[in-house]
Formats: sequence, C-alpha cells, structure tokens
Amino acid sequence: MNILRKVVETFAHVMPDRDRDELIQRHRFLGQPISRLDGRPKVTGAAHFSAEYPVEGLVHAAIVYSTISKGAIVAIDTSTAQQAPGVLSVITHLNAPQMKVPPPFSVGDSPSSGTTLVKILNTDRISWNGQPVAVVVADTPEQAEHAASLIHPVYAAEPGVNSFEESIPQAKQPKEIMGEAPEVKKGSADVILKDSIHRVDLTFTTPPYNHNAIELHAAIAIWDGNDKLTLYDTSQFTAGTAASIAGVFGLKTENVRVISPFVGGGFGGKGGLWPYTQLCVLASRITGRPVRLTPSRAGVFRIVGGRTPSQQRVAIAAEPSGKFSTFIHEGVTAQSTDNHFPEQFSFPPRHLYAMDSYRIAQKVTEVNRVANTFMRAPGESIGTFAVESAIDALAYELNLDPVELRMRNEPDRDPVSGNEFSSRYLREAYTMGADKFGWKNRPAAVGSQRDGDWLIGQGTATGTYPVYRVVTAARLRINADGTAHVQTSCQEMGMGTETVQTQHAAERLALPMEKVKFEYGDSTLPAASVAGGSSQTISVALAVHEAADNVIKELLSLAQKDSESALAGAKFDDIHAAKEGIFRRDHPHLGQTYVAILKHAGKDFVEAEHKTGAPLETMKYSMHSYAAQFCEVRVHRLSGEVRVSRWVGAFDCGRILNPKTAVSQFRGGIIMGIGMALTEETMFDDRTGRIMNPSLAEYHVPVQADVPHIDIVYTDIADPHTPLGAHGVGEIGITGVAAAIANAIHHATGKRITSLPITLDKLM
Amino acid sequence: MNNFTYLRATDANSAVNLLAANSTQGAAARFLAGGTNLVDLMREGIETAHALVDITRTPLADVHQLPDGGLRMGALVRNSHLAAHPLIREKYPLLSQAILHGASAQLRNMATTGGNIMQRTRCYYFYDTASRCNKRAPGSGCDAMEGFNRIHAILGTSPQCIATHPSDMCVALAALDATVNVTGPAGERSLPFSEVHRLPGNTPEIDTNLKPGELITSIDLPASTAGLSSVYRKVRDRASYAFALVSVGAAIKIDNGTIQQIHLALGGVAHKPWRATIAEQLLRGADATSENFAKAAEAELALAIPRRGNAFKIELAKRTIIAVLSELTANEGARQ
Repeated sequence: MNILRKVVETFAHVMPDRDRDELIQRHRFLGQPISRLDGRPKVTGAAHFSAEYPVEGLVHAAIVYSTISKGAIVAIDTSTAQQAPGVLSVITHLNAPQMKVPPPFSVGDSPSSGTTLVKILNTDRISWNGQPVAVVVADTPEQAEHAASLIHPVYAAEPGVNSFEESIPQAKQPKEIMGEAPEVKKGSADVILKDSIHRVDLTFTTPPYNHNAIELHAAIAIWDGNDKLTLYDTSQFTAGTAASIAGVFGLKTENVRVISPFVGGGFGGKGGLWPYTQLCVLASRITGRPVRLTPSRAGVFRIVGGRTPSQQRVAIAAEPSGKFSTFIHEGVTAQSTDNHFPEQFSFPPRHLYAMDSYRIAQKVTEVNRVANTFMRAPGESIGTFAVESAIDALAYELNLDPVELRMRNEPDRDPVSGNEFSSRYLREAYTMGADKFGWKNRPAAVGSQRDGDWLIGQGTATGTYPVYRVVTAARLRINADGTAHVQTSCQEMGMGTETVQTQHAAERLALPMEKVKFEYGDSTLPAASVAGGSSQTISVALAVHEAADNVIKELLSLAQKDSESALAGAKFDDIHAAKEGIFRRDHPHLGQTYVAILKHAGKDFVEAEHKTGAPLETMKYSMHSYAAQFCEVRVHRLSGEVRVSRWVGAFDCGRILNPKTAVSQFRGGIIMGIGMALTEETMFDDRTGRIMNPSLAEYHVPVQADVPHIDIVYTDIADPHTPLGAHGVGEIGITGVAAAIANAIHHATGKRITSLPITLDKLM
Repeated sequence: MNNFTYLRATDANSAVNLLAANSTQGAAARFLAGGTNLVDLMREGIETAHALVDITRTPLADVHQLPDGGLRMGALVRNSHLAAHPLIREKYPLLSQAILHGASAQLRNMATTGGNIMQRTRCYYFYDTASRCNKRAPGSGCDAMEGFNRIHAILGTSPQCIATHPSDMCVALAALDATVNVTGPAGERSLPFSEVHRLPGNTPEIDTNLKPGELITSIDLPASTAGLSSVYRKVRDRASYAFALVSVGAAIKIDNGTIQQIHLALGGVAHKPWRATIAEQLLRGADATSENFAKAAEAELALAIPRRGNAFKIELAKRTIIAVLSELTANEGARQ
C-alpha cells in the first residue's frame, strides 16, 4: 500500500459520514417496479445502436487479423486488395500515420480507456493471434470484407507463450491488485493447516471466457476538418473513450464527441478502448469519409478481451465447531504481454469470513493472447467458485450443513481491514433464501435423490461484490415550464439506467416522472465514469442529489427576493422539494412551485453542475453486497448431462430502487453464471494461441432451455452509507453461481468437480 | 466472401443444366437451397463457389405416399415442415424427433431435406482458414488430430481426417433405410442412404458419393420401416442448439422378447451417419436383454479410435445405445 493511500485512508476514518438522505425512506417512485422508459423505443426500433445511425456518404472498414501469436510481419502485399471492387484505401503498419498509445485504463480526473500497449498498426511486431494487421476501407461492408480476405501477410513467427498452464511456473506477484496488496497474511497458515484434523485443500481451474453481448462492437467515425471528431461507439465509458481517442490522434478532448446512448449489452466488454474504434477513426481520417467498422462475431473474439483463466488453491482448516482456524486462498491468473490486469480473484475471502489466521495471495503470468479485461464481477465470480466450493467440501468433512457452516463464520468486522461493515445482512439473506428454496427439506446425504435416470442434488454458495462509487459529474436544470433536465455522460446498457435515474430525479424534485428528462450517453455532457464495477447507479445518484441541492438553494434565494413569498426567511434546512416546488417543512402548505418562482424571477431556468467527491466512505467502511445462491440440479447418471432445475437467489444489496429492473439484473447475472459453470469456454489452441470457437454456435452461452425459473428475494435494507441506501446490482448476481452449481452436482453425485466448465464428460 | 453469379432454376432439369453450364474445371458452381450452411461457409471463405444456382423455386417441396406404402419427401421440404408433417409423425416418428433435435427453430424453418444431407462438418479447424485442414485444403494436414477434438469422430476415421457429419436428420434416415434420388448430367439414379456419405480415407475433401453436378431431388422411406417403435436420443453440451456429442436413433420390432427388426444408427461419432451394422447383426433374432444390448454396443465400438479429447465418446456411445434399446424394449413391452 503506498503512503498517499495510507494517508487518505487515515483521513477517511475520521471523516464524518454524509448526512442521512431523507429519500432513503421515500417510495413515490423509488422502490417502485416502474417499466423501462427505453423499452418502447427499443422494441419498436426507434432506439439507435452505434452501427445504426444514418450517416450520409458512409463507407465501411474491415480488419485483417494476424494468424500468429508472436513474431513479425515480414511482408504484406496489399496490391490485390487495393484493386478489388469498391476499395478506397488499405492501411497497414507501412502506411499508417503514427498514433499515440492510449494510457492504461483509468477512472477519475484523467480518464482513459486503454486496453493494450501494443502499437496497433504502428508496428511490425505481433503480440497476439488476432492482432489487427491491416484495415480495408470500401464502399460497402461486403467489399471491405472481401478485400480484407485477399491480404495474407508473410510472418516470421516466433514461439509465443500460448499456454496458460505452461506459463504458471513463471507467475509473479504483481505490485498491487486494484490498489490492494497482492498478498495479505496473518499467523502461520501452513502450520495450522498441517496440524488440523478437519481441513480441505483443493485446487480449482477456470477457463478463459469471452464476451458475447448480442450487440456486436461497432463504431462510426465522422471527422469535421482535422481537429474535430464525432464518434458513435458502443461504449460503457464515453468520457474515457473521448479522452483516449483524443490522445491517440492528438486532439483536444473537448473536440472529440463520443455518442453512445444505447449499448446492446456491455458486461465489461465495452468498458475499454478496443482496436476497432481507433481503426475506424483512422480509416475515416485517411479516406476523408465517415466510416463504419463493425467486426464480425469472430472479429470480436479476436480483438476484444475476456475473462482470464485461473488456477486457484483453497485450503481451509477448521475446529470441530466449524470455526475456521486458517484460510489459504492463492493462485494465478493470466494477463497479456502488453496489459496489466491481474484479476482480483483473491478479494472475496478478504471480506467474507471470520478467520484467526490466513494467507491470501495472487500471482499473474503473461501470455500472448488478446488483453484480458473486465467481465461481469471480475475476480469475485471466479474467486467465489473456488472459495465457496471449498467451503462446501469442508461442510461435508465436518458433517455440518453448508449454510450453518457459513453462519458459524460470520465476522463482526471486516476480517482483513478490521473496518466496520457499512451494511451486512447476509444472515438474513440466507434465511430468506433457504425459506423460499425449502432448504430444510434437503436430505444431507449425497446421492440420495433420484428421478429415473436423473440424480438430483441441491447446492448453495455465498456471492459477494464490493460497493464501488466513482467520481461523477451531473448537471441539473429546472425550466420555467416546471420540467427538469438531468444530464450526465453515463450509459444505458440495458440495465435500466434512464428509468432509475428518472425515478430518482423525480422523487428528489417532487415532480412527476413525465416532467423529468434524463440525458446520457454523450461525452460532451458532464463526465460520468465507466459504467462498471456496479458503480454507476449510486455514483450518478449522488451527483444528481448534490446538483439538485444547489439548484434548490438557488431557487430558494430567487423566491426570497420576493418579500411576499411564502418562503421568505426560510433556510435551506427549513424547506424541501414538494408538490413540484419548494415548501416549508413545518408548514407543508406554505411554499411556491418552480413555475411560480421562475416566473416571478423572470428566468427561463436555473441550473447547477456538480461533481462528487472521492469515495472516502469505502475506505472507512467495509462495503459489500451479498448473495445467498440456492439451486437444484439434475445429473443424468449415464451421460453426465447437467440440467439446472431450480434457482433461488437471495440478495442483500442495500435498498432496491426498482424491483423490476433490479430483479432482471440478478436473473441475468445468474444466467451468465450458469453458462460460466456448465457450458462456456474460450478454446485457445496452445500451439498457435488462436481461438478456435469464435462463434455463438461453438461458444456455448446458455439457451432458454438451459435456464430454469429463477426466484429472486432480497433484504431491501438500506445501507446508511451509500447514496439512496442502494448498492449496484449488475455484478452480484453472477457471484457464487458456479459454486452453487458445483456444490449441487456434488450433492447429486458425490463428485466434486473443481474445473470449469462442468461438461458432461467430467461426470461420466 | 468472393463475388459470385446468382442464377435461378425453375425445375430440376434447368438446375442441373445451369450448374453444368456454369461449372468449369476447378471452378465449381453450387446449388443453393436454404443456404443455412452454404452461405455461412462462403462468408467464412471456406466455400468459394463462383456461381450459385438457386433451386428454391423448383417444385421439389412435396411429401407424398408411394404405391408400396413408403413415402417420398421432396429435397426442398423445409426441415420444420417435414418434422411436423402428419405422415412423418405417424409413420416415421424417429425422423420427426431427430429433426427437432437439430439446430434451432429459425434454422429449421430455412433448412431443406437435401441441404441437411449436404451440410458439412463443424470441425473447428475446417471452419478456420488459418488452420491446416485436409478437408478444406487437401494435403495441408489436420490440426484437429492433436488439437481440440472433443467433438470429433471415433469410428471410421483416417489419419487424414477425424471430422464428423453433424446432422441429426441423417441419423434417422440412415436408421430407416432411406433412399436418395438424384438427377444429374448423366440422368437419374438412386443411392441407398448408407452409400450417400463417405468415410474420409485419403480423400476427406469429398463428403458424399454424389457425382459433380448431381442434384438431390427426393428421399424415399420404405414401407418396411414404417410404424416401428423408435427413439432418438441426442447427448450434447447444452439443452438446445448444440451439435451431438453422441446421438442414437433406433427403431425396433420385438416379438415375444425376441428382436425381429432392428435399425440402429449413431450421430456425432463418424464422418458419416453411422449405421451400427455390427450391433444390428448381433441383435437381430436375439433376445431383447440388456446383456445382449451391452454386447452389441461393445462390438459396435470395438474398433473405435479415441483422440485426446474424445475418448469419453466411446463409453458415452455404448451407454446411450444400451439406454435407448432398453427404453424401446420397455415401450414395446408396454404395448404388447
């Protein structure tokens, strides 16, 4: 931990908490199952996704991808491609202008969305199989694709590090993991483990996974002269993309406008700047035409990273009571040779259980593969698979119910930092989930339930995900007609952003929802951070809250210029927003509407822009969401086929702002977890580093028939230390899922499968 | 995808003539029906036909009964129509079941009977033009041999190719003794279904025994396999929209515990829909017991050659054969 961080953390601990927000108790719109405002435009086709904007004179680009994982381009003959029908330009490292490499991904005051340090199209070096080596621009997408297929570079191939498994002996401990120490320890974990009667010691592996959002990555670039750019890009981070693209092409950030209101699924795969965006801008610059670049599904596999593979060891020793005496979680993930992202799989046990001693550590290796990136609950999703499978195994070792074992190790304070929990109701979530699932009816013995050829089992696991809040700016305006505009550059990836933020602003301003317009997805609006880490909802909400306070203060002072005003003499603490205006708390009938105040003041509007402060509260408190996942599986005794037949997810995520959209997020996370557990795997050929299943036919995401009915329950207990009492809900759903399934499979069959995905051959 | 000429045929003869007129040595034209596989392959640069002859307007989309009690299915009958056809459901439920286990509803709406027979393998290395593949580029080698081969063949393989034929429908047609009727430059002929697809041998680039320019016009099912008890069982990696790791199609007639008639075929295990003739021979006239089923399954898989990733298929195929035949025996028992 660096000194600056230590100073800030010390400061954070003495900082007073934010005043309690009275909206935590309000239920006019917040907490209501309001249908998506963007639902109708989406199903009627009125909503434009990035590739769909009608642009006059649009031409199209296609990428040529390398077919080796390491080496150099010796020759690249583009003459045939240049002569192909409709071709306007062929760009390679031989003729591309110099571009700057965007700095690595960063949120905060200097946002950047860089994903790799490879000099795309400015080098003859190849670092991964699939690296772009040329771009073709043509009149139609088909002409561009065809011409691209005519380019066959000659390579001098070198042996790359293609195999994660073989790279493990070279693993190193990184300096830090997202600002945290790569290793934390207390006591003599190994000695305690060795001397313990009750213990488990298991090694787990998880495969690489790829993003498969329904909307393919896509960009349209339109230059205005040499110094201004409009970019439609499917992005979870318009501000980061704008800053990074400005840096790459030497532009002022304010001259790059990134527009991305609708994103057809992100999950982390659209958080970074992937090469297609830069190449689209480059192609447009060189041809002087607006250019669209939409990689194919296979292209997305080749140039957009996914989840790292991992190898993890979990060893736990326990007293006969079940109390953990030591806890070891250590392992290795991969990153590419040209990025830095050691995925934080070791975070869950740092906060989940009371432990007298522990060693929690992680290392990372470098492979010649496309840079790994965020994928729904990076770290926690694969980390909980290992940890929660091992705890299940320990429960059998101790002959204890798996829920009971977890409850016996509930901590009073964060076990590693010692911080107080801001809000932790995992016990309540387990009680609710177990009740809904009927856990008490589950026979303890493995292999004891059968329906014909199907063996039945039930499993459970804990899920967890941190509460992150990021610095966010928002502008709020109240107009003379009594409507309000809220603006921030944040994203709508389908999770209900527009809906929930409109609910919030309407509740905050005491306006009907129809009078609030929430504008987003445009980098020229006040900067929001990346829509990632389940941070967006509360981060935006706080910015809007504070901007609204400023607007109301100004309205109050305007009103008080009129000595006749019912608000005369009132201080800010004496009033609140009510009935489309400002009213006294002690005399609720005394006040003025926004319309009246602005009319009297002769103003068209009042507005305020506000940027939130750093999330010091997350240093003072241990802030996390929790899940108790319960499932039932059926395993065919002959074929080993697994079917998930029942699911109950019980969540403790602070206050739920919109049950409809939140439950949809929980379900989506669980479904993605079912794929992670049973069917998904990116097949990197160890000989070539090449992905061999880059399609939805061969990369098996769950289909409808793989997904059972999913019941969701939640505690709905407000966290006093978060905006609106809420937590983000985008990522928690997937955590614990793979472990719950593996544990249910063990219950059904007696087989403990420690490597994902759990395909049928592992159970035959 | 390369540029190509698009031509439209009005009937089978015009289709054959158009194809012949637009084919030269080394530059083949292709018939286009549903296009669910061919168009994909062209987009991936695997098929490079310079001309397509669209046969979807030809009158080959009929299903009707033959005088001997059999059934004739036009080559252009859509998979979804065929699966739902009352005559198929009544007389050859195995075919209907097999089709419904394949692809997705959307694909079945487009795909045709003839096209389903002509579909090509799903081997990862066949689909990737950066990989070596003897089927796509004869003589280049086979990257599947030492690569990802969990989905690959265990029976009838060659040192050149371990690809599988991916069809479900064809497993049923193989089991049910179908006949494929074709027409071509040299006139009409019929092939028993077992002779339509080939084993890879030294020429894995050739999938079928159709001659250049020949067009499938219809498929016949014989009266002899109508109305039998049947089961199609497909084992795969997800509940829908995945190719078979192993599938078993079986139709059977049992009299007093003795197997009178047995039709058994496997999918996902070979370069062609695999008619289990060894097992059939052992079972025909034998008692319908699980011991006999196990012996037959063992004998059928005796010559299987596993690779690193697909050894499990041998045991999976045996277990699935035994399970399917046991299920059919139980069904027959219940019926008598």
